[in-house]
Amino acid sequence: MSSSSDKSKDIQDTTKRDFLYLTAASMGAVAAGSVVWPLVDQMNPAADTLALSTTEVDLSPIKEGQSITVVWRGAPVFIRKRTHAEIEESRGVDVSTLRDKESDEDRTQKAEWLVMTGICTHLGCIPLGQKSGDQKGDYGGWFCPCHGSHYDTAGRIRKGPAPKNLIVPPYEFLDDTTLRIG
Amino acid sequence: MASGQREKFENPVIEWVDSRLPVFTMMQKEYGVFPTPKNFNYFWNFGAIAMFMLVTMILSGIILAMHYTAHNMHAFDSVERIMRDVNYGWLIRYIHSNGASFFFIAVYIHIFRGIYYGSYKRPRELLWIFGVLIFLLMMATAFMGYVLPWGQMSFWGAQVITNFFSAIPWVGEDIVLWLRGGFAIDNPTLNRFFSLHYLLPFVIVGVVFLHIWALHVTGSNNPEGIEPKTEKDTLPFHPYYTMKDTFGILVFVAIYAIFVFFFPNALGHPDNYIPADPMVTPAHIVPEWYFLPFYAILRAFTFGVNIYILAGLGLTVVALLPLFTKKTAKEISLPVMSFLMALAGVLLLLGYFSQLELESGAKALSLPLSTAFVDAKLCGVLAMFGAIAVLFVLPFLDTHPVRSARYRPWFKLGVLLLVVDVVILTVCGAKPAEGFWVPLSQVSMLYYMGFFMMGIPFLSKFEPIKDLPKSIHQSVLGGERA
Ligand code: HEM
Ligand code: FES
Repeated sequence: MSSSSDKSKDIQDTTKRDFLYLTAASMGAVAAGSVVWPLVDQMNPAADTLALSTTEVDLSPIKEGQSITVVWRGAPVFIRKRTHAEIEESRGVDVSTLRDKESDEDRTQKAEWLVMTGICTHLGCIPLGQKSGDQKGDYGGWFCPCHGSHYDTAGRIRKGPAPKNLIVPPYEFLDDTTLRIG
Repeated sequence: MASGQREKFENPVIEWVDSRLPVFTMMQKEYGVFPTPKNFNYFWNFGAIAMFMLVTMILSGIILAMHYTAHNMHAFDSVERIMRDVNYGWLIRYIHSNGASFFFIAVYIHIFRGIYYGSYKRPRELLWIFGVLIFLLMMATAFMGYVLPWGQMSFWGAQVITNFFSAIPWVGEDIVLWLRGGFAIDNPTLNRFFSLHYLLPFVIVGVVFLHIWALHVTGSNNPEGIEPKTEKDTLPFHPYYTMKDTFGILVFVAIYAIFVFFFPNALGHPDNYIPADPMVTPAHIVPEWYFLPFYAILRAFTFGVNIYILAGLGLTVVALLPLFTKKTAKEISLPVMSFLMALAGVLLLLGYFSQLELESGAKALSLPLSTAFVDAKLCGVLAMFGAIAVLFVLPFLDTHPVRSARYRPWFKLGVLLLVVDVVILTVCGAKPAEGFWVPLSQVSMLYYMGFFMMGIPFLSKFEPIKDLPKSIHQSVLGGERA
């Protein structure tokens, strides 16, 4: 019964079966994955949501020391024409002492124009500091009332629970008074 | 289930059905004659009450969904229309919104009962785990439900809670985008939350079924925490506990009705009657009351993990390891453990104060390397989820052979303090995170975590094992202890 040729056939059979088994299983895995991915990916932003990705802003009415808030992708963007004092204050800071180390120059294209999303990097509240009567925090920039994050005149986190500076969105100056965000 | 073991029913219709599908036999066995310990106190009512609330929520919810519009432009108005125009719409909505609160009240008492009387212990571990899973699903359901009326708190609650996930390193931002389906909380978010808010309660029903199935395998625990031994220790479920549960539900519903009719908005937040405005954050974002303890834990982290805290935590693990590896208290050296814990305590305090100092700019300690490398936000989120996760592993942290706190005075003290602690956390969660409230929530958070992760394992080994009553019957009659 168990001649040596039988044995080698047995071994051949097992390896062949193992191979078939493995290929079938991996094809199954690929098939399952390709079904699951659309089910997962449908939750990501849809094409029309993505299409809202740019906003143009007319800067001409904004005077020095004034801020406006515009809506970009459903969220507020702060645009501020900074005063000289604010710019100097921000540039005077030693970057190595900051929590999220970015220099003022890293965060602006033109020194007087500060553009950033107005969403606290802690848990997403809108910081105060856009209106003249607002609380601006210990560093004269913005203050998030939700859990007490203080941002400086370049929107950098200085104190409180937020881990990062206010995010600077991609933007471009189309001409001297027109800004395109996105 | 073999029909041979089945007893015949007299009613021919019931008999016809039962001989084909023995549902009546099953009901008879599980809810009719089911032997139930005869010494239950009123804490044992809250399972049935929670069940009643689940049904109430599903019925009122399905009715609300007939009139509700899941669109960011119409949601708020559709809820106002339910309140003003739909016949009895106000009643259905108040039943649903206050029902969520009362569902949580019932479940919190139910969970307390389980901890106090040691119901989570062998052989009921899986039963307990299903329970915690139900709790978790309820929290997700209630959170998404609260977003539906699309008021200011709905919107900003959704903003803050989805933002938790941004704390996850590297993939966090992508997860948040995926959860929201857009760059901000918007119509896609509202739509998916409505879909899931409709779905999850039925998932809860499924898990409740498993929960009860597991209960009927092990049988109920009881205030004495000892297993029934003879028939004298138990009563048939019907009519004794069907009646007692009905009574309990009636009392509970009476209180619930007082809120629905006389204080329908007492447990809610007035800001949610302001339509959602993505451009204005309310001054104080407060979650619903039932989330407050967890919210307080989240915000307790005004500091992160730096090298000192990491070392302190590491040393704590080393100090407590013998509690898990050694079999008896005799093999554990208390002096060594206390010494290591004291050392760990010093390190943790150094880590904490060095960060306070960085924040305030003071120079009293001036320790090197005091900057946190795991930031406060991630720590807060982990601790908040950890506060729930620890409930899942509770059966494995507690190896003490006695169940009920009645026979564990040390454990009893710990649990009662835990209740006080959770109440303090609830208050802290409602207050702005400033001044005195911050250290108070930090200390309370420490007790919460410490009780489960250190207190329970410690007591498992060191709390003396008391004599238990011989049987439930004897203890009911005030009999002698064995
Ligand atoms: C586990 C059970 C459930 C819980 C804990 C729960 C919780 C909640 C909460 C807290 C709200 C916000 C109430 C408010 O402030 O207005 C809500 C709203 C809502 N729920 Fe539920 N719910 C449950 C089951 C259901 C079910 C099964 C449905 C059915 C489809 C449903 C449909 C709705 C609808 C349409 C709203 C929006 C209307 C409104 O805000 O009053 N819910 N839910
Ligand atoms: S969201 Fe701004 S400090 Fe928490």
